[in-house]
Amino acid sequence: MSEEIKANNMNADQEYGELTALLKKEFPKAVLGFHAHRADETVVIKRDSLESVCRFLRDDRRCTFEIMTDLTAVDGLEMDMTPRFEVVYHFKSLTHARRVRLKVPLDEDDCKLASIHHLWKAADWYERECFDMFGIIFEGHPNLKRILMYEEFEGHPLRKDYPIDKQQPLMELKEIEERHTYGRHP
Amino acid sequence: MEIILDIIMIPAVLACIKIAVIILLFAMPLGTVLTLMERKWSSMIQDRVGPNRANIGAFTGHGALHLAADGLKSIFKEDTIPKGANGFLYLIAPFFGLIAAVATFAIIPIAGPIGDFTFQVTDINPGLLFIFAITSLNVYGAVLAGTSSNSKFALLGGTRASAQMISYEVFMGLALMGIFMVYGSTRVSSIVDGQNEYWFGNLIPMWGIFTQPLGFILFFTALVAETKRAPFDAPEGESEIVAGYFLEYSGMRWSAFMLAEYVSLVGVAALMTTLFFGGYHVPWLHLWESAPQWLVTVLQIIKFSFVTLIFCWFQIQLRWTVPKFRFDQTMGLGWKKLLPLSLVNIIVTAFVILTLA
Amino acid sequence: MTDMSALQSRMDTNASGEDFSASVMSIEIGPAHPAMHGIVRLTTQLDGELIVGMEPEIGYLHRGFEKESENSKWIQVIPYTDRLNYVSPLLCNIGYSMAVEKLYGIEAPRRAEFTRVIMGEISRITDHLTCLGAAAMEVGAFTFFLWFIKAREYLWELVEEMTGARLTTNWTRFGGNSMDLPEGFLSDLADRISKLEEIMEECDKLLTRNKIFIDRVKDVGGISKEDALSFGFTGPMLRACGIPYDVRRADSYSVYDELDFEIPVGSTGDCFDRFLVRMEEIRQSASIIKQAADKMPEGPFMTDERMLQYPDKKDVYGNIEGLIDHFKLVMEGHQPPAGEIYMPTEGGNGEIGFYLVSDGSGDPVRVRMRPPCFNYVEAMPLMTVGHYVADIVPIFGSINMIGGELDR
Repeated sequence: MSEEIKANNMNADQEYGELTALLKKEFPKAVLGFHAHRADETVVIKRDSLESVCRFLRDDRRCTFEIMTDLTAVDGLEMDMTPRFEVVYHFKSLTHARRVRLKVPLDEDDCKLASIHHLWKAADWYERECFDMFGIIFEGHPNLKRILMYEEFEGHPLRKDYPIDKQQPLMELKEIEERHTYGRHP
Repeated sequence: MEIILDIIMIPAVLACIKIAVIILLFAMPLGTVLTLMERKWSSMIQDRVGPNRANIGAFTGHGALHLAADGLKSIFKEDTIPKGANGFLYLIAPFFGLIAAVATFAIIPIAGPIGDFTFQVTDINPGLLFIFAITSLNVYGAVLAGTSSNSKFALLGGTRASAQMISYEVFMGLALMGIFMVYGSTRVSSIVDGQNEYWFGNLIPMWGIFTQPLGFILFFTALVAETKRAPFDAPEGESEIVAGYFLEYSGMRWSAFMLAEYVSLVGVAALMTTLFFGGYHVPWLHLWESAPQWLVTVLQIIKFSFVTLIFCWFQIQLRWTVPKFRFDQTMGLGWKKLLPLSLVNIIVTAFVILTLA
Repeated sequence: MTDMSALQSRMDTNASGEDFSASVMSIEIGPAHPAMHGIVRLTTQLDGELIVGMEPEIGYLHRGFEKESENSKWIQVIPYTDRLNYVSPLLCNIGYSMAVEKLYGIEAPRRAEFTRVIMGEISRITDHLTCLGAAAMEVGAFTFFLWFIKAREYLWELVEEMTGARLTTNWTRFGGNSMDLPEGFLSDLADRISKLEEIMEECDKLLTRNKIFIDRVKDVGGISKEDALSFGFTGPMLRACGIPYDVRRADSYSVYDELDFEIPVGSTGDCFDRFLVRMEEIRQSASIIKQAADKMPEGPFMTDERMLQYPDKKDVYGNIEGLIDHFKLVMEGHQPPAGEIYMPTEGGNGEIGFYLVSDGSGDPVRVRMRPPCFNYVEAMPLMTVGHYVADIVPIFGSINMIGGELDR
């Protein structure tokens, strides 16, 4: 799916190709694929180069993506996607008035990815949510714990193999003071 | 019959009767009715209907039965004591506020004296200093309730209340200095009689509001802050510290706090009337020399109640119109604005009095 | 303001591990607290009245929107989107339907788009009215709140007239709307909008220049442009910082490019700026509604493409194509072509983005909704530390957190 390019949907809008071309030029080894389905410019990159690509997207004058709009993941178990997971980043540039989608494929056995919380502060909670829902580990995240679910929750609910017809085990009531570790991030 | 009259005329017994009459017939009913009045008036301001559901059959009394329903509800509610609270202090705290609120009425005359009989529980010499003493007592209610409930929100409310009330006592006293200087006494009856004189022949009565306009504003502000009514209700801070110092109370003890608030609302209104609007004196009534004594007394009571009600209404209107101050802004207003202004007021008053003399 | 250098040094010593337990009190604000709309917990550390640390905890209203959507048909997701933002449900309806339309590569008819603009702007107004009213109520202006609720009531009656429900609207469909404008709707609309404008004027007089109110909200909870961008702020929160980013203009979806409106911006990004920006946006939305009502074209309110809308009953019973279309739509559901799209729309308090992945079957692979207030709650510590505990109330009120949207 990630490789598909639909010529009729490119809309002859050259700017979309421009950013992909730029990324291909700057990171020839990192770009695994790209498409612009319905004019959403998408670049698939290697896991190892995520941080450098993101830094480039944020800081380079030709990109300046100021806002990280979204971070989520897709579990391709039912689509027989290999590798199974794709972590999806959406960025918005106000200066150049365009959006880009970065995708990073991840193996099920090795769900690890560099955290980019130091580039966009928004990434902090998005990564926590992604970890909570998909069990993807963001290495270097200062406070990677569950955000929507409680800490004793077993499994990761948005994985396709999460058993939706089963119940979570009951847990014991805790005192309030134990539940929290106060203070700022180190 | 003779004996009964004799017993009644013993000063102590007479004082007790007056206390009972003033508290049971004036302060408490007005305080209770004001809760309804506040709800009704706020509903009028806010384009809604207000309380109208409590009924006996088809009779609703435009929401009057809510008073009875509320009273019954709080009587039958469980009187909870939170875990870890200091039981004794927790239990007595609500009554400090109520006692202080009611005690204000002891020195307020609601009509002129008829012979030896005064419509005033006691006309002590210190007069208004008694008010200051009593309102200081009010602080204990809030502080004890705040510290003894074993709740952090209540503690925050208690500390806010103590700081605010102790600060505003200062300005309250200073704002009244002008009145003391103009009328030359702290005795309430002297101040009231002093306001029965006129400027320019019989044109303008020498009411406190005309002799002390700045003092009036300052004293009113300080009193509203002292009773912790909006916009100075940071100690209750219902949106951030939930209900402040009386957060943990339930049932009748909670009602005691609310009743204290409304009784002191009436107290504030009565004090303002007494000190700045001629008390019970009906203006220009002395021109009608042949007026029968009973009519004069009735008119005086009517005038006093009328002005008091207007001040009650004004406080309610104030609450539903303006937003609340933040706690530090309340303190800032007091120490940075009211304090210098009241000092200026004292100096100007002294200067004017000396010049005129 | 507070002495920030003293505060900083205190926090530094605190970070170095010294025990400040005697001077720092930690207090749990929420999950059940009058100022926490919805359910969220702020674990706050106080030094006296001063906030020195805060940690928001969310998830109390998590209902598994995304998981449920992935286990439903595409069309069955629309009712779930009502429950995301429960003060402006229509905006979520519209956002989701437009996202699926983008996945199909189609557009709704013009009449449907204009109707969507009108209903969307009504929803935006109700969203802002609720937010401003609640925030003002919590700083003590109770009357203001009820006046705004009255205005909101007028608008919700319109929503009810149009969709049959006030909150659980379930109104849009893929390629159009479920209903056309009801009879007399446009005249009702003009009437209600003029009423709204009256109330707005009254409220403006009551509050906008009120010294006490300004003191409470000015210079409270400010955030710099850089931080706001880095935290992913969008909508009124970002515009209050002075950045004129509005998805309606930036991506000009639907028919917004034919309508004339201004994007109000603030300067400092404090609570007062947010208040003013939202007040102005209500007026702009009212003007958009008037323009859209004037330009309302005639025509169908639903696309006539096959396999997007249920066929008429007379076709179902009358001919074989209709019967088969109906059968396939009911049994297999809508089947958008395989692919992935991200569709941003301007919600009540920021950019609502739907990221959809389809494998060509009737079951969605991924339905992801980007909640705008997620970022705002994340930035709460930055906005509150250094302020007083009473400032949590206007700050939290001004970010307009909606529990359903935050926790999904």
